[in-house]
Amino acid sequence: MCLGIPVKIVELPDEHCALVEIDGIRRKVGLQLVGNVSPGDYLMVHAGFAVEVLDLAEAEARIKLWEEFLKFEGAGQA
Amino acid sequence: MDNQEKKHDSVLLAHGDGGLLTAEMINQIFLKYFSNSVLEQLSDAAVFTVPEGRLALTTDSFVVAPVFFPGGDIGKLAVCGTVNDLAVSGAHPLYLAASFIIEEGFPLADLERVASSMADACREARVAVATGDTKVVPRGQADGIFITTTGVGVLANETDLGPHRMEPGDVVIVNGNLGDHGLAILSARETLGLEGLITSDCAPLNRLIGLLLEQCPGVKMMRDLTRGGLATAAKEIARAGGRDIFLSEERLPVHAAVRGGTEMLGLDPLYLANEGKFMAIVDPGQAGHAINLLRQHPYGLNAAVVGEVRNGEGQLYLETALGGTRILDLLAGSPLPRIC
Amino acid sequence: MKVLGRLNDSKLSMQMLHRVRDTATRVTARLGRPVLLMEVCGTHTTVFSRTGLRGLLADLVELRSGPGCPVCVTSATDIEAMMALARLPGVILASFGDMVRVPGATGSLESARARGADVRIVYSPADALDLARANPGREIVFAGVGFETTAPMVAAVIMQARSQRLNNFSVYSLHKLVPPVMRALLESRDVPVDGFILPGHVCTVTGSRAFDFIGAEYGIPAVVTGFTLVDVLDALETLLNQVLINSASVTNSYRWVVRDAGNPRALEIMKNCFYPDEVSWRGLGNIPASGLAIREDLTNWDAGRKFAVEVPPVEEPPGCRCGDLLRGKITPPECKLFNRKCSPAHPVGPCMVSTEGACAAYRVSDTSQPGR
Repeated sequence: MCLGIPVKIVELPDEHCALVEIDGIRRKVGLQLVGNVSPGDYLMVHAGFAVEVLDLAEAEARIKLWEEFLKFEGAGQA
Repeated sequence: MDNQEKKHDSVLLAHGDGGLLTAEMINQIFLKYFSNSVLEQLSDAAVFTVPEGRLALTTDSFVVAPVFFPGGDIGKLAVCGTVNDLAVSGAHPLYLAASFIIEEGFPLADLERVASSMADACREARVAVATGDTKVVPRGQADGIFITTTGVGVLANETDLGPHRMEPGDVVIVNGNLGDHGLAILSARETLGLEGLITSDCAPLNRLIGLLLEQCPGVKMMRDLTRGGLATAAKEIARAGGRDIFLSEERLPVHAAVRGGTEMLGLDPLYLANEGKFMAIVDPGQAGHAINLLRQHPYGLNAAVVGEVRNGEGQLYLETALGGTRILDLLAGSPLPRIC
Repeated sequence: MKVLGRLNDSKLSMQMLHRVRDTATRVTARLGRPVLLMEVCGTHTTVFSRTGLRGLLADLVELRSGPGCPVCVTSATDIEAMMALARLPGVILASFGDMVRVPGATGSLESARARGADVRIVYSPADALDLARANPGREIVFAGVGFETTAPMVAAVIMQARSQRLNNFSVYSLHKLVPPVMRALLESRDVPVDGFILPGHVCTVTGSRAFDFIGAEYGIPAVVTGFTLVDVLDALETLLNQVLINSASVTNSYRWVVRDAGNPRALEIMKNCFYPDEVSWRGLGNIPASGLAIREDLTNWDAGRKFAVEVPPVEEPPGCRCGDLLRGKITPPECKLFNRKCSPAHPVGPCMVSTEGACAAYRVSDTSQPGR
């Protein structure tokens, strides 16, 4: 119901606003709903506002877990 | 003096009354840019001879907001759109008729800019504006400027292109990235606030297509990918030919910025308009040759095989990255940015 | 960026899918029927159709849509009210693109525009505020449609309008809340759902804990997840395993975005701007404390109070079963109008017109070749 797009902060023109980028496309988004952020941080954006700061290490850990699990399973079947 | 100058800044109703100002506009703008021997006759109808073959005739009206956008303007669009319609039909475009409906108050400098880019596109496509017309309507009755172009081209007697030639196993190729024009127009509308390097792909394709037809007899039909994008064009072809077409999600060429922009706005590049792209149905044995040929041309750098024709009943499918399939239908209503 | 790309990696996803099918096979064998999962988010509905996942699992898992598309659950009467607002002299009605084609009883915002109303499409509520700045002589009414994800943004914009004294801006609040509608759905016991796929971006605001009651009070497992291939498949695996072992917990599988307690700033600003109120849901009727009304101290920015547009309640279109669909009672092909009288070009009900409406999503699903 709510399209959210992960984007990277390029610049912080003022405290309420970030210039963000996804694949070379940029847009200003509102920061009223998130705490302190810095350029380089990733945000989930919905309707022109950041709703959350992303924890990409957590995403990576989840991917790793699956990769290892699948490798282990594949080895078990072989 | 001041008044005089102001009067000439923008198009007045009097520019359309057929009198002195009309003549001035024709001389100072249209003849200046479109000058050619047929147009200069300034008669009621353009008279010209055509090479042997069958004639192809097409017409299209162009309304676009904004009139100027990254990568082009309404003038370039009006030439390329009609030239490309002729080219994908297998015709060699010759002449255009151009009809302008201009809103009172439209800046004359903008009209000149539009005419100039039309002339550039004509030069590149090697076509000439043979005749034209101009009307001026009161403020509010049009949105700046509307252009209708009609194109005539000639088609060799033996040329036979169409969905009837499509067979299972044929491949679908496109000459490059999808959705550039659609997203460039959307992002040029300021309320979306998108900034980025998206430019319209607007281009005359007749020389590229001419080359392809000449060297690649396995090309069975073509379609330009304007409104409704690749999905709509491919669906129409599948239906007309009574075969299924399977597109492959992972093979669709899409510029990274367009992918980013479409994700942000909830749009699908498959349904976004292009103005310099076409699809072709090609004999599988000649697909590699066709792609190599296209990639040597600036308008075909990202050419790719994107799908194939299979037996079926005229459906269009997308094979997804996950190995599933999705049914693609005609576009219902122009794509709107969404948040859900 | 690399990580984000890998979340949609097709090779990894195909291996995960294989595993999910294995688990689903075991669940189906145990239940003696396909497992029935409900997604409560229209974006999940769209993801399942667009990626082909719905078809790839069709023989094992029935994915049924719930009331998770905000434009689909907006009542025909509320759409008529927005059309009436748009027709007021001097008003510019700003709306998300999602809403403009959704039919009420006499038309849509798009048809109102065709008859002369000034309807503008915006991507963000902030863009609507910009319209108010740019058009001081006009009244800008923002069509406030959306769930918990969207409401805080609208609240932020209302607060901005107040602090900048932009008095020509107001919001017609039709915002709705997901936990109350889930409760209403569970109370009605219409559908024997084996598990729920919870709306990831609503949960960024509410937190996953806001949905704990589904497991604790109704004994049904649920999982919070996102929208990439890896997110969705990971969540399906978790949920199917819960069904398999009869566990009824609510799991947060979207930890890279969703915190268990949600987003405190978003919750705070929502509370400062809105209060929960009984509202009408398309197909589900009135549900207590399931909508967000604008607080009394912000009346100046409340289009409902500012313009007092009255529209008589209207009936849903005859034969339209969007209501049953939004309750998960039927799938789109079970509606007699589906693909006949009701199509994307001529939608009768909202579920056909919204991109994430269940009917529109079903039209693109190919369920003829499961398990390929």
